[in-house]
Amino acid sequence: MARSINHNAHTGALPDFRNLGILLRVLLIVNGIALLAAMLQVPALRDWPGQFTDNAVLVEPLLLLSLLVLAAFNTLLHRLPYAVAIMAVVAIELGLTAAMHVAGRGLFAELQADLPRWLLIVALVTAMLLVYFDLRGRALSPAIAEARLQALQARIRPHFLFNSMNAVLSLVRQEPRRAETALEDLAGLFRALMADNRELAPITQEVELCRQYLALEQLRLSDRLQVEWHVDKMPADALIPPLTLQPLLENAVYHGIEPSEIPGVVSINIYAVRDRLHAVLRNPYRAAGNHHAGNKMALGNIRERLLLHFDVAAELTARVGDNAYEVRIAMPYVKAPRR
Amino acid sequence: MTAQALRVLIVDDEAPARSRMRDLLADVSAAVQVTVIGEAAGGREALRLAGAGDVDVVLLDVRMPGMDGVEVAQHLQKLDPAPAVIFTTAYDAYAIRAFELHAVDYLLKPIRAARLQEALLRVGHDGAAEPEALHDLRQAPRTCLSAAERGKVHLIPLEDVVFLRAELKYVSVRTAAREYLIEESLTRLEQEFELQFVRVHRNCLVARAAIRGFERADTAAGEGPWQVVLAGIEERIPVSRRQQHIVRELSRP
Repeated sequence: MARSINHNAHTGALPDFRNLGILLRVLLIVNGIALLAAMLQVPALRDWPGQFTDNAVLVEPLLLLSLLVLAAFNTLLHRLPYAVAIMAVVAIELGLTAAMHVAGRGLFAELQADLPRWLLIVALVTAMLLVYFDLRGRALSPAIAEARLQALQARIRPHFLFNSMNAVLSLVRQEPRRAETALEDLAGLFRALMADNRELAPITQEVELCRQYLALEQLRLSDRLQVEWHVDKMPADALIPPLTLQPLLENAVYHGIEPSEIPGVVSINIYAVRDRLHAVLRNPYRAAGNHHAGNKMALGNIRERLLLHFDVAAELTARVGDNAYEVRIAMPYVKAPRR
Repeated sequence: MTAQALRVLIVDDEAPARSRMRDLLADVSAAVQVTVIGEAAGGREALRLAGAGDVDVVLLDVRMPGMDGVEVAQHLQKLDPAPAVIFTTAYDAYAIRAFELHAVDYLLKPIRAARLQEALLRVGHDGAAEPEALHDLRQAPRTCLSAAERGKVHLIPLEDVVFLRAELKYVSVRTAAREYLIEESLTRLEQEFELQFVRVHRNCLVARAAIRGFERADTAAGEGPWQVVLAGIEERIPVSRRQQHIVRELSRP
């Protein structure tokens, strides 16, 4: 069942041309180069805005077209070996440059400049970007290995562990069967915690984990904890970073249910809209809580792991609404490969 | 058994934890004779049960909704004789450090029968927890003040209190309905409830939420000192010269 998106050793990888973070970086870097070029081209520095606009007119169409084409061939390119893929990317860029050169001949006088020079510039900039993304991948790779460690840091609260053990012990004599189920749930929870959590895992697995966790909490809190699942629109083939939802539920119970004398509802809503996967968790909110530090730590940890997996394409927001605390997660809808 | 059985009250918001405690008390009955006089799922119920009959020991969970265990223990002090308290907690690094520091008896969940037995056997010797230790254990302000009345603990919800005034060795607690006398220090109360109360005079703290406005006292010599007008009571509380600045800070526009 190992569905790996990040192999253990980093062996050079193309950037994901459909990732918003990658696209933003490309735009920023290429425009930065155009700006630098403008500063070098003009005789007096104060003239740079005009020159930059001239450069942009040439650079922007090619840049946007390149991103479009690369995004379109993204899946195909990623199937190729790294060396071949690099050459393919460079070839695409050179081809596009030549095409633009021919197409734009009548429009821009500047394009009369010799084609070889443009081809050289484009090849260099493309190579530079590819090297940058490769280095960045190498730099982040240990961090992804560390995601496992971080998942452990978002660990189950000792408070929960010991209270659950106590609850299970209370069942052993009177209701041995319920005690068995509870111990199985506890084992499932710890198996998930101690698993290799570097790679994306099926969302159904995370939901199962959440159910086991909530069953244990309901054992202790009985009807003080009410759970509402809205998962009819959850895509069963989605992959998410492991332990994204369970720590949030633990927060919801710890801050929203346990401190209150009246029963409360924790609701979980998971759905996909086109290529985005959304998870919304709500719990009752008590203004007088003084346990916010732990909550921030868990949120920060999950946010960091989302960043490692999806860069800026994932977001986590928390807000306090009318007597409710709500955490929203949106991330790319990654489908499990069919087998 | 020569000694009289210990009368025990079990307080925990989680039903399985209470049932586990009953099992354990049965297990140690050979060494310590105990009678469970009741179970409570919350602080208020615990105080009601403790006030209704004589209780020797309260087995008290620290983390409970509404009123936490430390606050319950503080209110239990008002009973005469006050029962001994043994705290129970699953995990609370802060509380455990504080318990150790003040030699307050506590049990870690899951509780072992042997530890429970030791703690119960000690009860006769140590007596009730020290009020000072309990004061230091507290992590959050109390939700209620309490006064002893006819052998029971009467809880005064903090939001009902309009003002607190030092009178000789007591502090008078004034609500819209009536007045209570409690044996506490006004300075300590001010520290504990600094968010809810404000000092308007050397001897008086006023509930911020109850302040309806300020007015000048009428004296023969014209405009007198400022007074606080409070919700629900006729009495005006003078603002001392040193506290004049609060008139400006707290006046509603």
